[in-house]
Amino acid sequence: MAESNFWLDYILPLLLIVGYILAIVVPILLVVAVVAYGERKIWAAMQFRKGPNVVGPLGLFQPLADGLKMMIKETIIPTGANRILFLMAPMIMFTLGLIGWAVIPFDTHLVLADINVGILYLFAVSSLGVYGIIIAGWASNSKYGFLGAMRSAAQMVSYEVSIGFVLVTVMLAAGSLNLSAIVEAQKGLWFFIPLAPMFIIYFISALAETNRTPFDLPEAEGELVAGYQVEYSAMTWVLFMLAEYANIVLLSGLSVVLFLGGWLPPFHVEPFTWIPGIVWFIAKTAFMIFLFTWVRATLPRYRYDQLMRLGWKVFLPASLAWVVITAGAMHLFGWMPQ
Amino acid sequence: MSEHRIKNMTLNFGPQHPAAHGVLRLVLEMDGEVVERADPHVGLLHRGTEKLIESKTYLQAVPYFDRLDYVAPMNQEHAFALAVENLLGIEAPLRAQYIRVLFGEISRIGNHILGICSLILDVGAFTPFFWGFEEREMIFEFYERASGARMHAAYFRPGGVANDLPPDLLRDIGEWNKKFPKFIDNIEGLITENRIFKQRTVDIGPITPAEAFDWGFTGPMLRATGVAWDLRRNRPYEVYDELDFAIPVGTTGDCYERYLVRMAEMRESVKIIDQCLARMPDGPVKIPDSKISPPTRNEMKSSMEALIHHFKLHTEGYHVPAGETYTAIEAPKGEFGVYLVSDGSNKPYRCKIRTPGFAHLQALEYVSRGHLLADAVANLATMDIVFGEIDR
Repeated sequence: MAESNFWLDYILPLLLIVGYILAIVVPILLVVAVVAYGERKIWAAMQFRKGPNVVGPLGLFQPLADGLKMMIKETIIPTGANRILFLMAPMIMFTLGLIGWAVIPFDTHLVLADINVGILYLFAVSSLGVYGIIIAGWASNSKYGFLGAMRSAAQMVSYEVSIGFVLVTVMLAAGSLNLSAIVEAQKGLWFFIPLAPMFIIYFISALAETNRTPFDLPEAEGELVAGYQVEYSAMTWVLFMLAEYANIVLLSGLSVVLFLGGWLPPFHVEPFTWIPGIVWFIAKTAFMIFLFTWVRATLPRYRYDQLMRLGWKVFLPASLAWVVITAGAMHLFGWMPQ
Repeated sequence: MSEHRIKNMTLNFGPQHPAAHGVLRLVLEMDGEVVERADPHVGLLHRGTEKLIESKTYLQAVPYFDRLDYVAPMNQEHAFALAVENLLGIEAPLRAQYIRVLFGEISRIGNHILGICSLILDVGAFTPFFWGFEEREMIFEFYERASGARMHAAYFRPGGVANDLPPDLLRDIGEWNKKFPKFIDNIEGLITENRIFKQRTVDIGPITPAEAFDWGFTGPMLRATGVAWDLRRNRPYEVYDELDFAIPVGTTGDCYERYLVRMAEMRESVKIIDQCLARMPDGPVKIPDSKISPPTRNEMKSSMEALIHHFKLHTEGYHVPAGETYTAIEAPKGEFGVYLVSDGSNKPYRCKIRTPGFAHLQALEYVSRGHLLADAVANLATMDIVFGEIDR
């Protein structure tokens, strides 16, 4: 009797959870491969090039070929490096890039962990990302890596603060920390309309958070060669790249949940409501990823001090002011969510 | 608490670094992100060009000049061809002069495309680089159609140019020249007023005209400080004094002005190319003196004299009267000069080459000290460093 209980109560749920996790992680890794391919194609179109077009139809298998190539390369560990930390850093980055997805709702009730503090969880996960980079830069025992890690630490900590205030405004507007509830609160009006300035601050901070142009200083090619990644090769490097793209997809997905109405269709009328919610979610996320790619192909890179000035002297006061304005307006006009 | 002396970090910037523009080894002493001392090391691409030329005939020396500043090869040949012509006391036929000016300006555009696009790449935007290479590819095609080689043309020879231009090349250059300003407009639209780009370049590495003279600046680096010094105007050679073009100048000499001056110079080059195409005369492209320019293939089939000349020119070469000359031209990067000493034999006694990049590089420490690492990169990129000409 006790034995059957054990199987039913513990092992079966465990298997189910593992199944759920795989059902999320595997598609996400596929999406990451597609994003890497799509990004190269979009850049190519913007630069009068063709982009990958040799491996497979339209070059679609290029990410697979790249993955295979990186897998059979040698992982080089520099002599002066701290082996354990050196190998741990990419794993931390990769893991953090994936675990954020646990709380993202893809559709009504289609979420792995529908926890009440979803936003706080995501905030914690993205804050941890800086450890991966610092450890990577420190453990490689390289000056470029070290400089990159220092830049990255300062940058991520600074922009974390304004992202925090952006999240506070969204929480105020939605009246909940649960991501599904936040999406439901946008049934009438997507938050990017009333909270337009916060959406912009969020998007720019997300660029900084994922170390993308114009904030790609930690890996600035023209200055630090590759920053904290400089000593990494083969699969250790691949984990960094996967983590970077997974993070881009994650932050795009999060911006869809917070500002673009998640799985909700733009209008609650006939042809739009036929399309399942998850398709809307994917389409909106794809649009956000396109924005990331577009910015990368267009803008130059900030300098270290300019980046800090932008973070602390522009975004922080602006987001802080908007928290106050939003809270004040809601209190004054009685818009508080129930 | 005991007192600690904090040591600055020494960073080896290059020779294998994506922003080192070749094989520059820059030893940076850094206080955090701030550059305290920048020590450029030269010599990693030293090939002994000047010494090698002493053992080559005057004609054989031409290809070495392609390999100095390999971004604008024909401008270097131009200086050498003019220097030898000075010693010989001859002048190239008018058509050859126009062809040289035409290709000199095409090379200038090609050089500035690379200089500007790699500056933009070094400050972080990578799309214009690909746009620029599309245009540079067209320039290489013109090179190839004129000389048979895409880069190392060996096209400008003492006494003229190697061959006449193939039919239709002038028409195609004209068509390209009409479309090219669109490329400049695209870059201007994307970059010139971009706030991030301006924050990265305005007031970075400013220099006064007096300091620029002290450091030996020439070309766009000097003109960005506000000095309208251009050898094409101040010491005209070939047909430049008949052509109408402006000398763009800046005011502060910072990275942004250097960028603007180069952009404006490309537009002026477009004008010069237009004028060259309109005025291109007919006639010979090398002086008819068969002691200096080789005979045509056809002549060699029927004339014993021509055959002998051909043999002598390509084995012994021609003798140049004893004397010396310093001949300089306005290369895209600045004053490119050749100091040639002849002892009357068929080989130069001494050939000293004055390259603009060498003078610019020595000022790198001066313009970068106290700036951030990213500014040192911008300074380096706006100096338009090419190591082929610095190390020679």
